[in-house]
Amino acid sequence: MGFTQSFFAQKFNLVERDLESYLSEALSAGGDYADLYFEYLATSSIGIDEQIVKSATEGVTLGVGVRVIAGERTGYAYSDDLSPEKIRKAARVAALIARGPASVIKTGFEEARKHDLYPMLASPHEMGLAERVDLVKRADLAARAYDRRIFQVQATYADSLRHVMVATSDGRLSFDRQPMARLSVMALAREGDGVPQHGYSGGGGRVTLDFFLHEKPPEHFAREAARQAIVQLDAVDAPAGEMTVVLGPGWPGILLHEAVGHGLEADFNRKGVSAFSGRIGQQVASPLCTVIDDGTIGNRRGSLNVDDEGVPTQRNVLIENGVLRGYLQDQLSSRLMHAHSTGSGRRESYQHIPMPRMTNTYMLAGESDPEEIVRSVPKGLYCATFGGGQVDITSGNFVFSATESYLIENGRLTSPVRGASLIGNGPEALKYVSMVGSDLKLDEGIGVCGKEGQSVPVGVGIPTVKIDRMTVGGTAA
Amino acid sequence: MTDLEQLAADVVKRARELGATGAECTISEGEEFSASVRMRQVESLKEAGSRGAGVRILAGQRAGSSYTSDLSREGIETMVRAAIELAKITSEDPHAGLPEPEELGSIHADLGLYDDAIAGMETERKIAQARQAEEVALAFDPRIQNSEGAAFNSHLGRRVFANSRGFVGSYRTSSCGLSVVPVAKQNGSMERDYWHSAARAAARLESPEEVGRRAAERALRRLNPRKVPTQKVPVIFEPRAARSLLGDLFDAVNGSAVYRHASFLAGKLGEKIASEKFTVIDDAILPGLFGTSPFDDEGVTARRTIVVERGVLKSYLLNTYSARKLGMKTTGNASRGITGNAGVGPGNFFIEAGERTPEQIVAGIRNGLYVTELIGQTANTVNGDYSCGAAGLWIENGELAYPVSGITIAGNLKQMLINVEQIGSDLDFRGSIAAPTILIGEMTVSGQ
Repeated sequence: MGFTQSFFAQKFNLVERDLESYLSEALSAGGDYADLYFEYLATSSIGIDEQIVKSATEGVTLGVGVRVIAGERTGYAYSDDLSPEKIRKAARVAALIARGPASVIKTGFEEARKHDLYPMLASPHEMGLAERVDLVKRADLAARAYDRRIFQVQATYADSLRHVMVATSDGRLSFDRQPMARLSVMALAREGDGVPQHGYSGGGGRVTLDFFLHEKPPEHFAREAARQAIVQLDAVDAPAGEMTVVLGPGWPGILLHEAVGHGLEADFNRKGVSAFSGRIGQQVASPLCTVIDDGTIGNRRGSLNVDDEGVPTQRNVLIENGVLRGYLQDQLSSRLMHAHSTGSGRRESYQHIPMPRMTNTYMLAGESDPEEIVRSVPKGLYCATFGGGQVDITSGNFVFSATESYLIENGRLTSPVRGASLIGNGPEALKYVSMVGSDLKLDEGIGVCGKEGQSVPVGVGIPTVKIDRMTVGGTAA
Repeated sequence: MTDLEQLAADVVKRARELGATGAECTISEGEEFSASVRMRQVESLKEAGSRGAGVRILAGQRAGSSYTSDLSREGIETMVRAAIELAKITSEDPHAGLPEPEELGSIHADLGLYDDAIAGMETERKIAQARQAEEVALAFDPRIQNSEGAAFNSHLGRRVFANSRGFVGSYRTSSCGLSVVPVAKQNGSMERDYWHSAARAAARLESPEEVGRRAAERALRRLNPRKVPTQKVPVIFEPRAARSLLGDLFDAVNGSAVYRHASFLAGKLGEKIASEKFTVIDDAILPGLFGTSPFDDEGVTARRTIVVERGVLKSYLLNTYSARKLGMKTTGNASRGITGNAGVGPGNFFIEAGERTPEQIVAGIRNGLYVTELIGQTANTVNGDYSCGAAGLWIENGELAYPVSGITIAGNLKQMLINVEQIGSDLDFRGSIAAPTILIGEMTVSGQ
């Protein structure tokens, strides 16, 4: 696709000369680099609650962000008005970061190489509203039908289509059209007058409505949410203290996101504030562990054809056989660290400065039979599903919260336990990985990662993994 | 009427013309500025403004919502038509509707939400404050050689609301904040902490010296932490940690959770749910604070509500919808972005201060934990289960003895509220949720 056929050129009558003139304006007081990020985001969501379709919302936001980099400094401004005078004004504000004679931009853009990870025939908004309503109604019915003890169900279907265009002062131009869809189901279960218990499931990715009609129907997520709520009805108090923990495959990969992923983002390492700073080449995990961040997996929630700085995403090896291999780089940090961007520059929207972020982070499969892993544990905890997590990248301490887990007694899963946090230390935790299963699974597509106030969609994955020592935060001391 | 008030009223009018039986429009605009400094150099400057409009319409008992950042005539028309179309696919909801006319209104006294001094502040002065805060932290102790930087940010906003029952109102807000994140290092231990001051008026911001010093002290006292054995002990939450716990209580008194029975406090109105020392208030009309506003996001007059009085649950916090579901009246706590059905949000939601200083509370503990940081919030407000990563200081014989980290604290909120044994005198409003130091008689600390 050439520039003149691009969404922004067509919709806002932009020509390449305009982009060059905005970039020149941005570098009018000097600076090493400037870029423009145009974004047009259309969203829609529909929600059912108490069997009533209570909400339906649609909307559009658009704008452009202008960034100037001068050494370690960044100037940033944005406008939600794409008229030439407003974009120029934003460029002049961003330019204030530099103090010197104007820098010259490369004229003539070259269209950046990019992947085609989420081909899409129809725009989500061209598909019928009636089908969306049907999805949430089906989810509601399936969750209620799962068990008579389910008494409340909420389901939300949300999708969006984002058009982006990035133009840089070194002559790179890229466009992308990024779909995203997600179905979430929450269920509450209660036995008689007992305490209600909560279950949640959801999924999606860079897909459209079709995915939920043909690949993962709403019933799949609804039954899972209902099942989790029902399991909790019989849960016993979670154990407290250090013990062997087995993580089930899939979403428990959030461990990797928190334990190592954030600590390997280049900005923290450039500043020397990460527990992983200066440790490339060192053993930071058991030799059984190879951890990848891969933005190039088709239709995954964390995938991107190009990152938010116009660089194609790639498959980055973070830890190979336990040895720390590399950081996740964006434009700014890679310039300052004399490295290359790893296609990891991401931002929440045109109002935000990009920074190094994860895409889809997972551990490669090992050789152990998942059942054998559980059988090898005399006493411990098996975690099947998690809620969120958080990390302090400086001390390396991270937590993640198990929402569905079971006691392991004499090699067998026994009682389900109540929700509990698990806590570990990034550079230490993975050294205790003693078995890695052959059953790598990626999550269903629900992850949202927050960093410095910016949220971006991400994916995680992990095979069944045995960790010999980890602190479990229950109440049964 | 201002231009934006007129625009909001026009949106409502246009929705009625297109067949809506009811409509509400929110318009928000803001200008943000932030400057960050790291290792004594300016790291970034950001400055910009944006605005957006949203509409929610009712067609009988069906609702539809939409929003746009394009406030041109064409953008607004597209937005209104989208909401009208969406209301055709939602269900009849017998409880949907706008607030009753007599509930609509606005506080006319000056609530101190806007300070001209913030708008007039020079960029150089803002950068200088961030620079000074970081300098103080870096110079505080030789063990502080690095920093994640310091930032000064400011925001000027305007919020406008109109509905088809004749309400039109707007208010301006301002805020500024100063923060610094020093990194302390000693014997292979590296720890960071932060201090953040925020205020609606420039003069109420803590000085760069204060912000820098407190951040440095906090980072230093975390160095070389230990991991303690698993045990049940009294736990003191310092105000920053207590605030997060109070946020969990907010989720449990939130009317939207209560009507779904998704709160451990559903059906407990009038019952004793906490220690007698425990009184919680939601007050949206305290001047100059972050939870203050003249009206809520449905145009209902802002007010003060006693939520828990000496341990007894007195009121939930409600918007119009959750109030109708529960057969009650709205408490003026409607909250939303610029579109959609309103949710429930806090005004200034706080624990009333007690009489003892934090030092006195610590002095009363022989063996226990003083929590300074919670990570990975895990409160389940459906059943009350609470389990959270923590860092802080271990208390031995009434004194803060040594730092601890890599631990969790766990209990159940129902029991934790009953077990509140002390409340500090150090109530401090740093956001819309505010708490003094609190002591909970017993929790499980999980470590080695």
